[in-house]
Amino acid sequence: MSPSYQDLLAAAREAIPEVEPSDVAPRVEAGDGPLIIDVRETGEWDQGHLPGSVHIPRGFLESRIGTVAPDHDRELLISCASGQRSLLAAVTLRDMGFTNVSNLAGGFARWKQNNYPVQVPRILTPAQRSRYSRHILIPEVGEEGQLKLLDSKALLIGAGGLGSPAAYYLAAAGVGTIGLVDDDVVDESNLQRQIIHTTDRVGVNKGESAEEAIRALNPGVQVNVHPFRVNRDNVLDLLSEYDVVVDGADNFPTRYLLADAALMTNTPLVHASILRFEGHASVFQPYDGPCYRCLFPEPPPPDLAPSCGEAGVLGVLCGVMGNIQATEAIKVLLGIGDTLSGRLLIYDALGMTFTELKVRRDPDCPSCGPNADLQLRDYEAWCAGVGSHDHAGATA
Amino acid sequence: MSTVKIPPVLRQAVGGERTVEVGGSTMGEVLEALCAQYPAVGGQILTADGELHKYVNVYVNDEDARLLQWIDTPVGDADTVMILPAMAGGAR
Repeated sequence: MSPSYQDLLAAAREAIPEVEPSDVAPRVEAGDGPLIIDVRETGEWDQGHLPGSVHIPRGFLESRIGTVAPDHDRELLISCASGQRSLLAAVTLRDMGFTNVSNLAGGFARWKQNNYPVQVPRILTPAQRSRYSRHILIPEVGEEGQLKLLDSKALLIGAGGLGSPAAYYLAAAGVGTIGLVDDDVVDESNLQRQIIHTTDRVGVNKGESAEEAIRALNPGVQVNVHPFRVNRDNVLDLLSEYDVVVDGADNFPTRYLLADAALMTNTPLVHASILRFEGHASVFQPYDGPCYRCLFPEPPPPDLAPSCGEAGVLGVLCGVMGNIQATEAIKVLLGIGDTLSGRLLIYDALGMTFTELKVRRDPDCPSCGPNADLQLRDYEAWCAGVGSHDHAGATA
Repeated sequence: MSTVKIPPVLRQAVGGERTVEVGGSTMGEVLEALCAQYPAVGGQILTADGELHKYVNVYVNDEDARLLQWIDTPVGDADTVMILPAMAGGAR
């Protein structure tokens, strides 16, 4: 005779040890409890769950357990509403080779009855769940990471070659607030690379033009248009409102200004620069990794540093480098992976090569070194004067 | 012969090449040989006294030569010397 549901439960009880909430609660509170897998449905999980537990709906248990618990000998505690679904789930895990699986007796209901702490998650709306579903599926992002992005604020300096793709993808990714600093207007010659703008918006401020594109792509993103140039008087207020700054500026005074202001406001700076077929990218984490001046203590004179307007740039190079910046900004905001902090990535589109150089903190750095006297200066004058007094030690 | 990687802003000075092979057993000798072969490069990266400008970064393989032995850093046949000035381009 085929076994009934009751038979299955009885057999499972023989095989799987059960743990009372009172046995495990002190360990959970101390942060050294087992890895708790909650196998209920999403609607149930959203109402509340054991603190620190991981949600894998029963139907996805077999496919997702490997990423959540790669170690088969790890202590696992399975929970559901009353302890029955979790019991059968525990049998499945044991059959998959997990050696240390137990079941939470009485499930979440008994846990809650005993007044043990319950975590009620902030949750995405159904529309957000659908929009960001491909992010939520990634273990490193998940619903928690997506919520973090939605709470994050990214400031883009320039809505041009680098800022266009970076802003577009950051908006698509659901970075909740995007600030765009640009005093320039869209010109026809921008459209070969500045893909967030359109032909019918020629003459419109770049921030406003980008805002229109972002609103059409993702109305859930708050766009702050700052239609002016970043300067000594506004940079600190501006940066302190944001969690990360993406540098897509087109000139050295602005880049050195941002580098110093990022240190002063402790804002991570995601750097990229481009010319012709070549791009540079790095991440400067204030006082944790090197800063821009550790890498480039002084700007080159104008003839060694032509702008894209003078020397040209391959349009698609902006897409590659701007999206490397967007990638790094997302990693910085989520706190995942290894960023380019401490490395300069050089992309040569003509040879299709990526080269990495090591960048180290300079103990004598005039901006972030221990003896630095960091204050905002007249960067225009400093950058213009440097070529003529090379060994004057700049004007730190 | 070591390989010297030429940044975009100096390529015109070396006839458009992206890399140039030159001899020399230290980074300083390699750059000296490069500047002897292509005087226009020297005009851009060297001071009147023949020293490297402070705004020119030089890497030997993936390491900043300032943190090695600067111009005395030994360079062999398999090594790459990269001249790296900062670039500003981004928005326009």
